[in-house]
Amino acid sequence: METITLTGQIFQYLVTGITVGSVYAMVAVGFNIIYNVTEIINFAQGEFVMLGGLIMVFLHVAVGLPLILAFPATVALVTLVGVLLDRLAINPIRRPTVLSLIIATIAASILIKGTAMFIWGKDPFDLPAFSGRDPIIVLGAVIQPQYFWVIGFLVLIVIVLTFFFERTIIGKAMSACADNPDAASLVGIDVKRMVLLSFALSAAIGAVAGITMTPIALMEYDRGAMLAIKGFGAAVLGGLGSFPGAVIGGLILGVIESLGAGLISSGYKDAFALIVLLFVLFFKPSGIFGNIEISKIKRF
Amino acid sequence: MTLRKIAVLSTICLFAVGLLAGPALAFKGAYKVGAVFSVTGRTSFLGDPEKKTAEMLAEKINNAGGINGKKLELIIYDSEGDATKANLAVRKLITQDKVCAVIGPSLSGTSLAVVPLAAKYETPLVSCAASYKIVWDDKESKVRKWVFKTPQTDTMAVQAIYTYLNKKGVNKIAVMSVTSGFGASGRGELLRLAPGYGMKIVADEKYGPKDTDMTAQLTKIKGKAPQVIVNWSVGPTQVVVLRNWKDLGMTSIPFYQSHGFGSRKNIKLAAGAAEGVYCPLGAVNVAELLPDDHPQKAVTMQYMKDYTAKYNEPLSSFGGHAWDALELVADALKAVGCDKAKIRDYLENTQGFVGQHGVFNFSPDDHIGLDKNAFQMVVVKDGDWTLAE
Repeated sequence: METITLTGQIFQYLVTGITVGSVYAMVAVGFNIIYNVTEIINFAQGEFVMLGGLIMVFLHVAVGLPLILAFPATVALVTLVGVLLDRLAINPIRRPTVLSLIIATIAASILIKGTAMFIWGKDPFDLPAFSGRDPIIVLGAVIQPQYFWVIGFLVLIVIVLTFFFERTIIGKAMSACADNPDAASLVGIDVKRMVLLSFALSAAIGAVAGITMTPIALMEYDRGAMLAIKGFGAAVLGGLGSFPGAVIGGLILGVIESLGAGLISSGYKDAFALIVLLFVLFFKPSGIFGNIEISKIKRF
Repeated sequence: MTLRKIAVLSTICLFAVGLLAGPALAFKGAYKVGAVFSVTGRTSFLGDPEKKTAEMLAEKINNAGGINGKKLELIIYDSEGDATKANLAVRKLITQDKVCAVIGPSLSGTSLAVVPLAAKYETPLVSCAASYKIVWDDKESKVRKWVFKTPQTDTMAVQAIYTYLNKKGVNKIAVMSVTSGFGASGRGELLRLAPGYGMKIVADEKYGPKDTDMTAQLTKIKGKAPQVIVNWSVGPTQVVVLRNWKDLGMTSIPFYQSHGFGSRKNIKLAAGAAEGVYCPLGAVNVAELLPDDHPQKAVTMQYMKDYTAKYNEPLSSFGGHAWDALELVADALKAVGCDKAKIRDYLENTQGFVGQHGVFNFSPDDHIGLDKNAFQMVVVKDGDWTLAE
């Protein structure tokens, strides 16, 4: 009979928690990019993840494209969906208020989900793991090779985004829109183009999250809403708008869920995450990395 | 010819075709039967095969001349798994469409929402959902007069698993369940019946219906070293949990699934992780494996052949519940016609009805009609079901 030591168990919970948390973190980063530029919460963020997974299944499994081609093709297609979302739903709104824009994203998420249901049906789909399914055993804990892909892509996204926002002119322009859209347009930044770019960017990140998580957790058309809720929780926990906050928030959420389910009670898994979220917001309403002064200026 | 003329002509042609096609099937009136399934939404994996099965059966019956020379007119509404919509649909079927009987809904929740209507309008209802509460009024401790159901109950599935485990000499088990109605009800029965079979439950773990990972729960179970794991869930979670189980190298602890695992799609989705997994299934899932002298061999083989030929997809056991429900009602209609009270009496006295999920024997005290023998223990071998030893 198999047995496992307590250390091994805790290590296993941490590994699982960090992997699940990485997915939450990627969704949270997507929320933040759009929030920073537009001050809205894009409720279709979870649908980007779902589309990433399902389009990848289509290109890689059904069409038979090799992984190295299917991956960028999927990201490109989902980015296109993000661009279309902005052009068809966000941009045309004549007198945009935060509320009307948010409602438009909710409508878009329902539409995307419905379309995905028509295209792929209601069954979950599987994707082969990128580098096999032979688990690696460390300290009695089992690590799937796919876990490294998920965590690795989160790290990659963080590095690329940091470089983008701090070293490139477009990135800086986007940050300027986040700070003050009126002033940004006065110095010649095309704010509408930056909004478009933010949707494209967060769609791409959503797609990466979907592609990397599907080999672990399968993907079906209505997975998006749950991921959006968890990702939103992570973004709020870390402080809306803060990228380090999104990553830390996501990882904390994932690890708490996993440890709570393993050590205390699996029935209250979601409750632990929410209790921690409420607790943090109670003492620091702007989130761990959020700035109360900045959040006062924001309309949402 | 102008565009308008073309339009007028083609409309006339269409009507003519309609008129010509109509009289080809000359029926003397129709028997209306209503059906409510969760055809779309989260629980469409139940309602979709049920709808397809019911439509296929109605077509088959009508092609063979209908019932007593009358057409079987099937009216299907989609509940989307929503209790309010199910309630409205059944109300509409009874009051506006004036059906003789109703089959469905697909879920225990939606069924419980409509059982009061069956009593109020005195219309027989044959539910396709699992919970015994659908036919049993807990408050008054008696059978609901107008309601029947075709699926096996959780109790029977648990009894079938425990009986099998007893035979194998297992008495230390871990329980996992999803926190939906199905999981909670199964978990309740697993816990309730355990002492009677001498089972010791060393772990009782839960997960959400949309969870993406159950490694934490399984790791905890691994630490408790049970002899087997019994998992109660439906949908994608029961596949994810299997993969986690295999990834964690826990295959030395045999895995038992509920009867909710009854679809070959699940074996395929598990990508090899379902190998060696046990579950209790109705005869319909394993038609081709049944010995020739099995009472259900003929009906299940016929259903499988018809369904796979018509829809070109693997048979799901859930469709079998609709088969049982509609055939029971059709039998009653044939015997007594469209008289609601007589249909009810006929159903209640049905004995030895050979269906997809068992041989039904109803009585005034039993509106389920099945017992634990309606389940065979099945094990996954080489990517397909095999009867367990």
